[in-house]
Amino acid sequence: MSADEAERDGRRKRRRRSMLRIILEFLGSMRLAITLLVVLAVASVIGTVLQQNEPYADYRIEFGGFWFEVFRVLGLYNVYSASWFLAILVFLVVSTLVCVSRHIPSVWREMTRYRDHLRISSLTALRNHRRWQVDVSASAASSAISNVLTRAGYRQRTGDRGETRVTAAMKGRANRLGYVMTHLAIVIIGVGALIDANLGVKWRTHLGDLEVVTANRSMSQMPPDSRLPSGTSSFRGTVYIAEGQSAGGVFLPVRDGHVLQDLPFEIALQDFRISHYDSGQPKSFESDLVIRDEALDDPLKRTISVNDPLHYRGYAIYQADFNDGGSRLDMRLWPLSGPSDATIIEGRVGEQIEVTVNGTQRTIELIDFSLFNVRPERGGDGAPSNDPRDVDQRGEFRNVGPSFKYKLRQPSGEAREFHNYLTPLRLDGASYYLSGVRTSPGEPFRYLRIPADREGSPALFMALLDRLNQSAQVRNAAQETARQLLKQYQGEGAETLVKRVAGTAEGMIKRLRRGGFSAVEQHLASQFDSDAIDDQRRETLVRFSRTVLQRTLMQLYRDSLISERDVASAALKLAQRDRRFFADALEAISGLAAYEEPFWLQLKTFEHIQASGLQITRSPGKDIVYAGFGLLSGGVFVMFYVPHRRMWALVIPGSDSTEVVLAGVSNRHPGAFGGEFSAVAEALERELRAAANETNGGPGVDGNDA
Amino acid sequence: MATTHEAMLDRLQRRHWWQRLSASDLCWAVVVAAAAMVALVRYRAPMNGYDTAILVATSLALIALGWHWRAIRVFTPVVGGASLFAVMRYPDLAAAQTDFFLEYLLASQSAIMWMSALFPAATLAYGVGLVTRHEFSARVGTALTWTAVGAGLVGLLVRWWESYLHGPDIGHIPVSNLYEVFILFAVITGLIYLYYEAAYRTRALGVFVLTVISAAVGFLLWYHFQRGADTIEPLVPALQSYWMKIHVPANFIGYGAFAMAAMLGVAYLVRHRASDDGPVAARLPSLAQLDELMYKVIALGFAFFTVATILGSLWAAEAWGGYWSWDPKETWALIVWLNYAGWLHLRFTKGLRGRAMAWWAIIGLGVTTFAFLGVNIFLSGLHSYGEL
Repeated sequence: MSADEAERDGRRKRRRRSMLRIILEFLGSMRLAITLLVVLAVASVIGTVLQQNEPYADYRIEFGGFWFEVFRVLGLYNVYSASWFLAILVFLVVSTLVCVSRHIPSVWREMTRYRDHLRISSLTALRNHRRWQVDVSASAASSAISNVLTRAGYRQRTGDRGETRVTAAMKGRANRLGYVMTHLAIVIIGVGALIDANLGVKWRTHLGDLEVVTANRSMSQMPPDSRLPSGTSSFRGTVYIAEGQSAGGVFLPVRDGHVLQDLPFEIALQDFRISHYDSGQPKSFESDLVIRDEALDDPLKRTISVNDPLHYRGYAIYQADFNDGGSRLDMRLWPLSGPSDATIIEGRVGEQIEVTVNGTQRTIELIDFSLFNVRPERGGDGAPSNDPRDVDQRGEFRNVGPSFKYKLRQPSGEAREFHNYLTPLRLDGASYYLSGVRTSPGEPFRYLRIPADREGSPALFMALLDRLNQSAQVRNAAQETARQLLKQYQGEGAETLVKRVAGTAEGMIKRLRRGGFSAVEQHLASQFDSDAIDDQRRETLVRFSRTVLQRTLMQLYRDSLISERDVASAALKLAQRDRRFFADALEAISGLAAYEEPFWLQLKTFEHIQASGLQITRSPGKDIVYAGFGLLSGGVFVMFYVPHRRMWALVIPGSDSTEVVLAGVSNRHPGAFGGEFSAVAEALERELRAAANETNGGPGVDGNDA
Repeated sequence: MATTHEAMLDRLQRRHWWQRLSASDLCWAVVVAAAAMVALVRYRAPMNGYDTAILVATSLALIALGWHWRAIRVFTPVVGGASLFAVMRYPDLAAAQTDFFLEYLLASQSAIMWMSALFPAATLAYGVGLVTRHEFSARVGTALTWTAVGAGLVGLLVRWWESYLHGPDIGHIPVSNLYEVFILFAVITGLIYLYYEAAYRTRALGVFVLTVISAAVGFLLWYHFQRGADTIEPLVPALQSYWMKIHVPANFIGYGAFAMAAMLGVAYLVRHRASDDGPVAARLPSLAQLDELMYKVIALGFAFFTVATILGSLWAAEAWGGYWSWDPKETWALIVWLNYAGWLHLRFTKGLRGRAMAWWAIIGLGVTTFAFLGVNIFLSGLHSYGEL
């Protein structure tokens, strides 16, 4: 190798070294650290403002196509597992590590070196210092210094610098360790957290050899490409197990879908229980689990509850949720749109049932059943959150009994969701069957109130509705009403008039069934909206039409009551509650127009089977993180509350007296250190005075305060 | 804590810390230990291992606090005595309406109302003292603050007892909802202030710190009367854990300290704007003192907030299935932590002082308040207790 080449090589090496140094300098710089802290904080805010891990379809509706796509690419729907977010975390950890490793030598120096080279001028420049001229020997002064500093808890080192005897002392050097502890703790916590971040799954979905399933699938339906074998990786997933069933895997959420993680054991659910306080609030959620594992001689039985998980073979099993596990429901189908008999159908939650009612085809999808409905008294019609881990606890609660949810899907695929209660609810002094309906899962249920009759059944209402649906019945009632109203018009043409009036009544009832009272009113307003009719006459006509409708409906109601109670028409007396029922029934009939379904399902009996929602996690990084936690807590207190204090004492022998200089400094709490310093100084002065008394029996200390 | 010069000198004469304890120090330790023993023996049955450990640790902390801060040695027996007196006269909930002492002083609602009245009164007294430079008025402020803190603490302790009167399965420590923790906030912030008032021998900062406590009291009253938030509710399953007893108070030492630091920031800015020989400068501590105090309070808050967040994380690992889930509350706790970590870093490494740091401390309170309240109001999550 020529000299030239050697030089070039050396230059290259230097450049590389300096490049490395620049990178290290950059990584360990305070500016980068602060920037990372800020970026991390801002990024974290995004994740709290934008609801995370929702179905992608919801985001699309919320933001529209363009922004949905932008946010998706930026990973804003799963910020905390987005690669750029993890990159910030990694950067912060690396930066902290570089910073701490660069500082360790200087920290070590600070902790071990006594700085006994300081000159008198720099000592007397310190805020805390004292000087004395004493009539004692240098060695006596030195031993006084040593005594006082030892009592004050200072480690010391003594040396001679020419004539001068230098004592350098320090206390609380653990403070410097606090710096190392806290910063190392961040690195350790970061490493542990990254171990638990399940990067393997992320990487494999990125590569595409792990297929994310977005549809709802049962465990056995999951394709092999979407399964992860049980192993040592970290994960956090959920699984729902019905009573009497078992599971050997757990679903992990990935992006907008999930993959299946196999477990090396089977978890069976024997029983799931919810207990309540007297006031109705939930008191506990418990699952009786049985773990079947080849490694076990006997199955392991344990009951878990919120705040009391089961730790087994490095897996933690938590009580996280519950829902229905396939309860059997017996329902009565009440046709709404035409004359037909009520039928009984039977099904399990999760099943689908095809029915055809009055020529209309529907698929009933039984979604959910809940045994308890503890509703906040002051709330609206909505149901409260039922996440058992929720810490919110407000309001007064009332158990309103079981309810079930179902969807009615039309052959076109459109579906509406319904929420019906088993027993009638008392609201505003009367009893109603509540029936909620909504068209999309995002919106709240709108509740229809079907009045319950004296027996607490919807039968009377349904009988009335049935009559309304039968044109012959409506015609009879309308004509009867018209005759009553037109009693005074006798003679020719009267019957024609009756028929005409009855005809309008029938028309109005059809409109009522189709569009509710608002449609009727609209029709009336448009029908008489002509210049030929003056205002007063229009008013009369509208009022007359309303009366006809009202009375026809009343006639139908009376007919229903007569057949229900089996009494003669003249003997039927309407009590106050019967009138209330009529008013409620009319409101419900009007509301049914928006219901638009051919039937209503009433829950008759049920067999309750629950499923427990278990969260199962494996976090091998947990112990590392906890070690970091310990180091961080200790370090923070050491750093703030153990100040690193240094003191120096110089003993300078003079011709007729000895000069003593004491100085001190603390890296924290200068105010408190001032007190400590003056106490030490005073103690030293006392000792020196005592020593002077011993040697020449007189006061021999001249102090000089700072 | 400011100790006398003599005491410090005396302490220097002794080698080990236990040798430095005075007779009264030992006496205090014996009293606290005896009280803890009585509680342990009497209520052994309903307490589990965690409860026992928490009681023992609390007693040790109280002993250390009393050694460090003598006023606690008077305050604790007075509050404890008043609470025990209330408990003795409180066999059932109806007694709150019939017993004179309970109805007007010691039932939790009465005591909390007293606290709510005394904090604003103390603020006023401190304010008058500062403006008129009447030492007496400022001393009244101190007395009122001590009384308010005591009333709040008695209120909490008696409420604890009342929760058991509602039913043995309902009883729990009153730090479980927003209403209760607001009282805790007022009490802890008041105590932190009183400590530094004695340590720095200045009552000039009372009006600043007490203003933020009075604001909290205002919210508490609104929450009570408008929302009826004062009812005792049974604990939901998620909160049935011994962690609540340590996580929540540790957190509120942090919140209280950050609130005080922000008000010191305000005092700093006020002092900074005033001329050095003007009336404001004569009344307030020096900028250097304010700066040092601000640092101390933020350090205190940061240390406890760190521990509280770690405790919360340990609790989450038992209740929510992981030590960290990026729940909005967790995330905002991290943001608060990062914020003050940044503050401390700039002070330590760059030696930054002055107005910027004062402003930062004030903004920090905004961030803290959002973590404390805003998350409950605006964001959803498992931790959003007490929505408004």
